[in-house]
Amino acid sequence: MSSASTFAAPESNGQKSRSGGDPYQLGRDAGRDDGSTGRGSGGPAPKRIVVGYGFWIFILSDIIMFAAFFAAFAVLKDATAGGPSGMQLFDRRNVGVETVCLLLSSYTCGMASLAMLRKNQLWFHVAMLATAVLGAMFLGLEFKEFADLVSRGAGPSRSAFLSAFFTLVGCHGLHVTCGLLWLLTMMAQVFAKGFRDDILRRTMCFTLFWHALDIVWVGVFTVVYLMGVTT
Amino acid sequence: MLGRLTLAAIPLDQPIPLIAAALVGLVLLAVMAWIVFAGHLPYLWREWITSVDHKRVGIMYTLLALVMLLRGFSDAILMRSQQALAYQAPGYLPPEHYDQIFSAHGTLMIFFVAMPFMIGLMNFVLPLQLGVRDVAFPTLNSVSFWLTATGALLVNISLVVGEFARTGWLPYPPLSETAYSPGVGVDYYLWSLQISGVGTLMSGINLVTTILKMRAPGMTYLRMPMFCWTALASNLLIVAAFPILTATLAMLILDRYLGFHFFTNEAGGNVMMFNNLIWAWGHPEVYILILPAFGIFSEVISTFSEKPLFGYRSMVMATMAICLLAFMVWLHHFFTMGAGGDVNAVFGVATMIIAVPTGVKVFNWLFTMYGGRIRLDTPMLWAIGFVVTFTIGGMTGVMLAIPPADFVLHNSLFLVAHFHNVIIGGVLFGGFAGYTFWFPKAFGFRLHEGWGKAAFWCWIVGFYVAFMPLYLLGLMGMTRRMQHYDDPTWHPWLIVAAVGAAIILAGIICQVVQLFVSIRQRASLRDETGDPWNGRSLEWSTASPPPAFNFAVLPEVHGEEPYWGIKQRAHEQQHLDNTPDYEPIDMPRNSPTGFVCAFFATLVGFALIWYMWWLAIVGLLGAYATFVVFAWRNRVEDVIPAETVARIDQANRRARARALETLEVAS
Repeated sequence: MSSASTFAAPESNGQKSRSGGDPYQLGRDAGRDDGSTGRGSGGPAPKRIVVGYGFWIFILSDIIMFAAFFAAFAVLKDATAGGPSGMQLFDRRNVGVETVCLLLSSYTCGMASLAMLRKNQLWFHVAMLATAVLGAMFLGLEFKEFADLVSRGAGPSRSAFLSAFFTLVGCHGLHVTCGLLWLLTMMAQVFAKGFRDDILRRTMCFTLFWHALDIVWVGVFTVVYLMGVTT
Repeated sequence: MLGRLTLAAIPLDQPIPLIAAALVGLVLLAVMAWIVFAGHLPYLWREWITSVDHKRVGIMYTLLALVMLLRGFSDAILMRSQQALAYQAPGYLPPEHYDQIFSAHGTLMIFFVAMPFMIGLMNFVLPLQLGVRDVAFPTLNSVSFWLTATGALLVNISLVVGEFARTGWLPYPPLSETAYSPGVGVDYYLWSLQISGVGTLMSGINLVTTILKMRAPGMTYLRMPMFCWTALASNLLIVAAFPILTATLAMLILDRYLGFHFFTNEAGGNVMMFNNLIWAWGHPEVYILILPAFGIFSEVISTFSEKPLFGYRSMVMATMAICLLAFMVWLHHFFTMGAGGDVNAVFGVATMIIAVPTGVKVFNWLFTMYGGRIRLDTPMLWAIGFVVTFTIGGMTGVMLAIPPADFVLHNSLFLVAHFHNVIIGGVLFGGFAGYTFWFPKAFGFRLHEGWGKAAFWCWIVGFYVAFMPLYLLGLMGMTRRMQHYDDPTWHPWLIVAAVGAAIILAGIICQVVQLFVSIRQRASLRDETGDPWNGRSLEWSTASPPPAFNFAVLPEVHGEEPYWGIKQRAHEQQHLDNTPDYEPIDMPRNSPTGFVCAFFATLVGFALIWYMWWLAIVGLLGAYATFVVFAWRNRVEDVIPAETVARIDQANRRARARALETLEVAS
């Protein structure tokens, strides 16, 4: 990010340089040569930074929404209303395979962004397709689990515990579904338009989103499936 | 095909909503006919509906708020007159209708008046104060606005098609569950708030990113105007709190639509979980509303006292402290839940602590005025009225924060008086101050002072006459939301309160007249200089109304109150800064994405309310297709050539040079 020009002496406007606290000039526009330091002094950030930053804030807000569903699950975990509990219901093998699929898809998603940085259409599409397949497998396994539960009379309207379970896990699944739709749209767009700047930014946001879903899943796996079967 | 929707959904037996809706519909039709036949439709489409300019979007937000204020206030008039009449009598509003009115009043006033008013002003002002050309995501901004408008539209559709919620402005279960509210009222509430909530969240993300990543060169955090700081705090709260609302309403939706058991009485549902979740959003929400108003008052009081804001850094600290504490007090909304003395004490004390940073702010405003050359223009009147009124409201808030007192006062008219005291005296007065203050910036002419002052006096007198009796009635034991009553000692005070509402009505009429008179006399009210109030921050350094690109050259900021500094230098050196080198400017292209998306969102919302599943799917596919079309476009920006920029900026510089001459003559 840094270039020689960003280390130029500050302008003599009486403003003390703050570069000491930011030696690597993180988030700075490397092309600027006005010598001012810090984001506030450097003028508006480049578009890539702005888009990535804004999307991070969206992800944080999305995680807060998940936090509300996690909280509801924690409150209602034992409200089984005489119905089955997590210990009796969860198939850890199925969930384990699901988890492996999703974590692997994050890896292939990372490969896709590396291919994108090298502007390699072929590897980009291969890696994105692999991500999509793994994501679809995850969804398929989740759907199988849900269908299995419903067929055993343990659907979401059986008890408050199951309502919270289906909502939390289902909300994550809904995110993965939207992510898949987004993924396919990005593939089509890269195919049709190539690695245009705005498409690169969007794909960057997509990869952030996909990795964030992984992080949320780690939370779901821990709180719902691991902690859920211990008590 | 039409789901639950039948002809019976239109309340033909209730004349009041039908006549009201028919009147509104006629006015709307007349306006639309005028627009079409006078040939304004292409202009409206090109310059406003598809606009992604933050100034236009901000103005449309504010306009939405003002129109919805009329609707929400007509509900208030209905309630006040019903209670004035309903002493040992049924009044003229049957209970099921009265319940819808107070629910709609609260919902509209919070979500579709206070929110768009504040977001509109932030949208308009922030990029100008920060010295940049637009918000971080201009098209997203337009989508946000139109989704908010969708929510407002759905609430108003409920007036004629179906019904609105009868649950109060927050649909507490189990009353809001299907078992006790089987109609579409709660569904209207839920879907209109979900859709507009998405808009609000995106707006919050947009403005946070704008403030943190898009500032003029040299505009460090501690050089930002106070309004930018309070807007930052407010938008951080939006980002952190609105997802909780979305999740909570989603749970209620699942309960109602798919038979889940989050909040039901049976199968392990937990009713109090709704209260905890909704207020975990709801308490930050009140700071989301009041913090931008604090910022407006800071700007107004400093400008009209001709002094820098007293204690700028303590003001920043106080703002951020309120931002943090906002999340730590939600339980005071239901002390009677039964959490026990210790929990109630913690939340009571935490609530009182918020009064400390708020007190810091009040003293800072007072000290800003102290020793200043105070000009009593309309914005300053609103500000002074606010300081007095809001302090009273804050103190009754501290009273309610004492759990034993709250056990007696909760759910009474004392509470109703308290939150109207802070929301009208704080948020609404702030909105009016900002509206008067920045109107000349937006349109190039000032609002008429005489009518503005008349409006202020009607509002403030009307407010005290309408709401002080409610404090008394609360202490006398009158609970809120009563359709009729038989206590003779309450009756006189309710008549006084109705008179107060009538005085406020006079204030609103003054404001409508003010707008018409100002437009008619715009030639004499013209703001030539772009700086009608002798302002201190960057928005006054550009023309009124500002060009599409705001600033021909991004301003260099060398200290706090940058425009005041520029004026000082120009005055000392007897001339303006040298003519800058103009460069072509890239501006984002207008896009109908927001409008089209909101059209589909309206379809989705209406379809889900009435169980028309096919239409909901069509709407969702349409919204997705809209985004794909948007993402597929090849040209995203229009270039404004350097000559055009130079020509527009030269006019502004000439006006400023003339202003500098008159300034010298005066001094």
